[in-house]
Amino acid sequence: MLANFPIISTLVALPALGAFACLFLGDRAARWTALVTTLATFALGCLMWARFDVTGPVWQFVERAPIVGQFHWAMGIDGISLMLIMLSVFLMPICIGASWNSIKDRVGLYMASFLFMEALMIGVFAAQDLILFYIFFEAGLIPMYLIIGIWGGANRIYASYKFFLYTLLGSVLMLVAMIWMIYAAGTADIPTLMHTDFPVAAQRWLWLAFFASFAVKMPMWPVHTWLPDAHVQAPTAGSVILAGVLLKMGGYGFLRFSIPMFPDASADFMWLVFGLSAVAVIYTSLVALVQSDMKKLIAYSSVAHMAIVTAGLFAFNQQGIEGALIVMLSHGLVSGALFLCVGVIYDRLHTREIARYGGLSNNMPGYALLFLFFTMASIGLPATSGFVGEFLSLIGIYEASSWIAFLCATGIILGAGYMLWLYRRVAFGSAAGEDTLSMRDLSAREWLLLTPIAAVVLWMGVYPEPFLAPMRRDATAIAARMADAKPASDAQYRAASSHATTPAHDAAQGGAH
Amino acid sequence: MNSAEILLILPELTLTIGGLILLMVAAFAGDRVAELTNALAAMVLALALGLLLQGHVAAEPIFSGSIRVDAFANFAKILIYGAAIISLLLAPRFFARQGYRAEYPILILFAALGMSIMVSAHDLMTLYVGLELNSLAAYVLASMNRNDPRAAEAGLKYFVLGALASGILLFGMSLVYGFTGSTNFAGIALGFAGAGKLGVLMGVVFVLTGLAFKVSAVPFHMWTPDVYEGAPTPVTAFFASAPKVASVALLVRVCIEAFGSAMGDWQQIIAFLSMASMLWGAFGAIGQRNIKRLLAYSSIANVGFMLMGLASGSAAGIAAVLSYLLVYVVMTLGSFLAVLQMRKADGEMVEDIASLGGLWHQRPALAMALAIFMFSLAGIPPLFGFWPKLLVFSAAIGVGLVPLAVVGAIASVIGAFYYLRVIKIMLFDPPSGVAFPVSGNWMERGVMGLAAAYVSIFGFILVAPLAKATQYAASALL
Repeated sequence: MLANFPIISTLVALPALGAFACLFLGDRAARWTALVTTLATFALGCLMWARFDVTGPVWQFVERAPIVGQFHWAMGIDGISLMLIMLSVFLMPICIGASWNSIKDRVGLYMASFLFMEALMIGVFAAQDLILFYIFFEAGLIPMYLIIGIWGGANRIYASYKFFLYTLLGSVLMLVAMIWMIYAAGTADIPTLMHTDFPVAAQRWLWLAFFASFAVKMPMWPVHTWLPDAHVQAPTAGSVILAGVLLKMGGYGFLRFSIPMFPDASADFMWLVFGLSAVAVIYTSLVALVQSDMKKLIAYSSVAHMAIVTAGLFAFNQQGIEGALIVMLSHGLVSGALFLCVGVIYDRLHTREIARYGGLSNNMPGYALLFLFFTMASIGLPATSGFVGEFLSLIGIYEASSWIAFLCATGIILGAGYMLWLYRRVAFGSAAGEDTLSMRDLSAREWLLLTPIAAVVLWMGVYPEPFLAPMRRDATAIAARMADAKPASDAQYRAASSHATTPAHDAAQGGAH
Repeated sequence: MNSAEILLILPELTLTIGGLILLMVAAFAGDRVAELTNALAAMVLALALGLLLQGHVAAEPIFSGSIRVDAFANFAKILIYGAAIISLLLAPRFFARQGYRAEYPILILFAALGMSIMVSAHDLMTLYVGLELNSLAAYVLASMNRNDPRAAEAGLKYFVLGALASGILLFGMSLVYGFTGSTNFAGIALGFAGAGKLGVLMGVVFVLTGLAFKVSAVPFHMWTPDVYEGAPTPVTAFFASAPKVASVALLVRVCIEAFGSAMGDWQQIIAFLSMASMLWGAFGAIGQRNIKRLLAYSSIANVGFMLMGLASGSAAGIAAVLSYLLVYVVMTLGSFLAVLQMRKADGEMVEDIASLGGLWHQRPALAMALAIFMFSLAGIPPLFGFWPKLLVFSAAIGVGLVPLAVVGAIASVIGAFYYLRVIKIMLFDPPSGVAFPVSGNWMERGVMGLAAAYVSIFGFILVAPLAKATQYAASALL
């Protein structure tokens, strides 16, 4: 009976219906509807994960219904999509919980925006049709624009515009490229296009058009400037979803479109991505060091982490891609949790100024414990998810280019610097004022929000296999697709050319460095 | 002429006879029966619409080759009559304060008749008669509020510039006639082969210039913001919908049927008009404070997108133009219906965008509907306004006009800025202090709700029939 059940369409439809209902409901009813809907979606997502066959076909739960011409309602997931969908449906109930008390104005519209957002995120990760993907990808701008603009901070209008127009400008060029591809390949089917070889000259233009969109979404230096504004102004749950899932759409885009569809262009532009990533890791980490606003600091740290993702993806090897994927998942959880941590104290003191806090480990020990845990996860301490991802990515990056690996590793050290310093200023020392001292520790609701994330972060850090297993084959496929096109690595065995595992020509080129 | 030909123009005959009878009624009974005239005029239009939906078409031009009744014309006429009916529905309440005049519905009927002839024209003479019949009615409609200096200015401006455009058009037609030896579209198409290249090209340029005035494409758009602002709002809604359909459809027919063999010549002109309209429509709207002027610039930008479909010159492009026209008419009429709701308790219209501040707090449904129209006009998916934009981009890229599509894409981002501003004012800003009590009858709000539902994601449900209808209509031309 379950064999033909359209589980992905249900996953999209459920929050969409919930969103529609929330528009007409009162505050209290809207909150509960949103919570129930997101929990149901999460449960359905878990069911999907349980039924996902790691050894089965690449694309599972496939649905395909023609709409008009080349445009299909085509849905289906591989391991990468599965994990990113799981991330989305896992974070969503937490977002609703985080907004339970802090949102008092137009609750129905707020909950509707979030549920609508959830439907679109699932759609982005599951769409198998270019135009359908674009619709989901772009539609996410509307709820986020409303979330930032209506419930955001003081400078919300500017931030909402910047977010919207920046992202839109990136995407429209991608749309033009997509239409061109549909004509050239005669299909809008993403799995087919992933094996289509476009002419190399065209690939470059297409790659640049897609890059414009994904680089903004990711965000990569130097088009990252919308992110700190958007994060700082967005309400807590908005930041969680922005950092947790929306940024992942950029990485997903690189992995699903740029690299497999344009392998030659990807290889050509590898150094562009590496260069921008290296700058981003160092530069944004330094910028993060001098921030006085907690949210801004975490926003800049997101840019730095995403730079590790892009560098890992463009290493074009198994470790790099797997590592980048784990960093994406881990960052989704950890930065989401860190924004929640900021939200917890913001709800009490209504400021994000680091200098206004201090000594929280005295009066909020529970909070200090969890905050420390997520700080460590963000740094990449072993036994947290951050370590697994960063370690794997760095191995991959090192294999492609030792210099970039060196720069990225430096960024990770800087990351430890700004996160630990943030923690020291907030949790240790003496309280900045009477009001800081009188803050209550975590409420039961806040415990409920943060501990599941902590559990998953720990799980992913100690035993990442369940997360890696579904994605492994997809990472291998992408690495194989790039095998011919990718430039030779500079990290080869220099010693005797007699070494059996090194192909001769690679060794010769490696020796030239 | 035979009876079969008469049957084919039954919708036009209905409008003519209905219009003349109602004119007599209005002449003798006066404005006392204005409301009744209005309802009867709407019925006449509905009857004509019903006759159209029979779907009678003729493969060949009728009445000695002067008129074509094909699927393309019928598609455009359905839109025109539909838009005219809605313009009638929302008029009486608007004009109630200064007294509703019976001339309004009659003028709308004759304008619709003129537009019917425009979209069916297969001869330069028929074209001109239809165009002028529509224009004359429109000039009077623009200054319907005689005591309002803005309306008088709008009417005068429209008349002077419209007359200039007609003059240019006539000049171009005479050149085309002189060099090809025919006023019939088929004859012109044949005559292109033997004609002197330069002379006929001049004719084409002047004809296109005259028509560009009528569709308000940049750089011949200057009258649009002033006329839209000055004319009474129901008239503006009418101008922005039905005549737009008629003149775009006319332009398409002239380009494809008459100048089809000179596509290389007009393609670059249309592509330039398209590019200029999309960009200038977007930039010009940024500074606007009046919602009607904003919608005027929006219509200029939208015409630019439609011309992109025409510039591609392919069947897909023509079908895209038709889809665009349909969605555009729904979005525009919906927006104007929302604008009509912007009236204070004493019935005074408010057109200042800033006064919409915090509209969500007092009229959430209205703010929601207007937000949907704005997002849709901006072409943001999943709203349905995205779909025709996709189709015209697709048509342009299909024939290799990638730069045009890129300019269009960038223009749509610039355009998004001012649509977002309206949404920002309604949803983000604190209340402006202007109260907009619920007004209007259930019909106005119902039509607005339906329009909003159509341009929200529900339009995608009907996307397959829409594609089928527009392809069928486009196949009549190519």
